[in-house]
Amino acid sequence: MIPACRLVDLPRGEAIRLDIDPPVSVFHTDDGEVFAIDDTCTHQDASLADGWLEGCEVECPLHASKFDLRTGSVDAPPAKLPVRTHEVLVEDGMVYVRVSTDAPNLPPCVAARLAGGLA
Amino acid sequence: MRTVAVVGASLAGLSAARSLRKQGYDGRLVIIGDEPHRPYDRPPLSKEFLAGDIGEADLALEADGEDLRAEWLLGTRATGLDRTRRAVRLAGGGEIRADGFVIATGAAARRLPGSEGLAGVHVLRTLDDARALRDELARGGRLVVIGGGFIGAEVASTAYGLGLDVTVVEATPTPLAGPLGQTMGSIVSALHADHGVRLLCGVGVKGLSGERKVDAVLLEDGRGIPADIVVVGVGARPCVEWLEGSGIALDNGVKCGADGRTSLAGVVAVGDCASWYDPRAGLHRRVEHWTGAQERPAAAVATLLAGGAVEPGVPRPPYFWSDQYGVKIQFAGHAVGADSVTVEQGAPDDRDILAVYRRAGHPIAVLGMNQPRLFTRWRKQLAGAALPGA
Repeated sequence: MIPACRLVDLPRGEAIRLDIDPPVSVFHTDDGEVFAIDDTCTHQDASLADGWLEGCEVECPLHASKFDLRTGSVDAPPAKLPVRTHEVLVEDGMVYVRVSTDAPNLPPCVAARLAGGLA
Repeated sequence: MRTVAVVGASLAGLSAARSLRKQGYDGRLVIIGDEPHRPYDRPPLSKEFLAGDIGEADLALEADGEDLRAEWLLGTRATGLDRTRRAVRLAGGGEIRADGFVIATGAAARRLPGSEGLAGVHVLRTLDDARALRDELARGGRLVVIGGGFIGAEVASTAYGLGLDVTVVEATPTPLAGPLGQTMGSIVSALHADHGVRLLCGVGVKGLSGERKVDAVLLEDGRGIPADIVVVGVGARPCVEWLEGSGIALDNGVKCGADGRTSLAGVVAVGDCASWYDPRAGLHRRVEHWTGAQERPAAAVATLLAGGAVEPGVPRPPYFWSDQYGVKIQFAGHAVGADSVTVEQGAPDDRDILAVYRRAGHPIAVLGMNQPRLFTRWRKQLAGAALPGA
């Protein structure tokens, strides 16, 4: 479990990005639920923490793909692959994330960069 | 409804087919496309695909294993709509009779009169166009782009990245002034000069010179710009000729209500060929944006399945993006009608701005350059804004 932030620092409707590799974003929905998913859109290098949060879905800030925060599934093109979801625990006012051990679905440009070892 | 024919197999047609199944339509579904390809994504054709960074498989719009239980008639052009027989006529004879029709035939790139048959002259709309241009750009040389709009600017940017010598010729004084307004049009189009790409504005093209292959673009002021490759990016026209005489109302595309309905019962239209009524502006607009082709079919299909009995929702403000010289350009709303434009964040000289267009103090459009987070916040705010007079 890695500490993400204090819950009071993440108002409803907001998201933060954890700068781990690959980055993870944590969302606090308008209904008060907290979810964590991979931050990078599976289509292109865009940060989903910057996206359009509506209900339990976030729309990529660049194109129109929407990801379900609960399942990671994508409902609209251009992305075709889901993002990973991560377990979230809120304890004593702190938000913790357990990062999934599944392989991430990174977009081709980012996957190539990681594989090439370039920053 | 037992048979629905979707005419057009690009993003709008595919989105309509998906919406039909998602909204519970269980009958026969026929998708007619004039290109031989399965639905593919067009935005990368001027960017990553043209640069050779991604291949054709990456363009596929359908997910692996996706099955819409549709009959695909690809490489088959629709030539007419017969309202009394309720049938789409097909090139080469034959017809598809149906109870419901989705018109999604898109738009076609405008060409330069007199450029037919001259090698080295390209337009960019389809996968086949992009393949041909990509192969030619890979050989290098001098590229002249006619038209400083988004397609022209993206091609110029990609070709610059490939190391070509690039000139952009734009007939109006300021490129992108239509979609972005004068001030922002000149800021965004300054990206060309930032990268050493020549931009000639306010001068029309008289014609092309060359025997079998183009060798220069001739300007109306008498200059000739040497060229090995020419890309004509002067806009697109809606593909609706095939509907003439069908009785459907046409006016710069298929004239539609705010829910996609056309003047014919049981016929809706979506995507670049459709001119939807815009309740925010109180007029019809034909919007050639990817996001419109992706989002609006759901409403049109609901209209079709309900026989026109659904109340249309207010669509999100139109949104488009462009990638040029590594800068992410995003725009939502309509610049036309703005009486002020303010840079709310960043500096124009840094090509890193968030600009808000207002009319009588109310935000009506927003432009971002490399500002995805702020842009998305503004875009969301625009969508939530009340209708004028509502």
